[in-house]
Amino acid sequence: MTDSPIHDLLPQLASGASHTHALGFAFESAEGDRVRIRVPWRGDLVGDPDTGVIAGGLVTTLLDHVGGLAVWLKIGTYQPIATLDLRVDYMRAARPRADLLAEARCFKLTSSIAFVRAWAFEDDPKDPVAAAQAAYVLTTARPKKGASE
Amino acid sequence: MRDALLDRLPYARFLGLRTLIAGDELTVVMPYADKLIGNPMIPALHGGSTAALLEMTAIAQVALWQPQARLPRPINVTVAYLRSGRARDVYARARINRAGRRVAHVLAEAWQEERDQPIASLTAHFLLDDD
Repeated sequence: MTDSPIHDLLPQLASGASHTHALGFAFESAEGDRVRIRVPWRGDLVGDPDTGVIAGGLVTTLLDHVGGLAVWLKIGTYQPIATLDLRVDYMRAARPRADLLAEARCFKLTSSIAFVRAWAFEDDPKDPVAAAQAAYVLTTARPKKGASE
Repeated sequence: MRDALLDRLPYARFLGLRTLIAGDELTVVMPYADKLIGNPMIPALHGGSTAALLEMTAIAQVALWQPQARLPRPINVTVAYLRSGRARDVYARARINRAGRRVAHVLAEAWQEERDQPIASLTAHFLLDDD
């Protein structure tokens, strides 16, 4: 773990906005280009009261959000970004009454677009509840290679 | 009974969703609330709250068309974010593009002031209860 400024900011970026705070998102870890956050199970986050499973829409929010963190981790600093699009495959139902973790990795960064993969799971990333592929647009253009980096 | 579907779902209640039904047309409203904000500087809604609205609207539309014991379960969803969601109410409607025995393909759009200026669109597959 380096002490680059983005590592200090990640906990705040994970849960600091009204929406992520209200949902209970919490920063877990950042290692290499992978970042992980958690949403603790809560009754009001359930999609189907007959199953007690966290709502699909919340899983989408979790994956969208952790993907953004992965972009900042890759850039190494905070800058405005916006999700362009996001595809989520729901592989299986989440376990009832279980916290969900989400991990993301930005696997390609151009001067204007970041490509991200993310997945959500209870405890084993190899057995995901859902997986996402997303693209984010860097709303302020990043200096091209050789300019200032 | 039908119009109460989203009222029964805890996460739809958390988002404050309200369902309006006219015939077979369903509109879901997500009234503005501070807890939906993802970027306080603009301020802008969290994209995830808009995506969840779209997914809930799609579920409600499928359930209106085919009331069933079990809710339609998402197989996959793709959301395109077209404009930044402002600190105002959001509306959403969904259309069943194709429904087979087991799978339905649904399109949905969310907008704020103007219906033809959508802030996000969704395309999704749902698994239906086919017992």
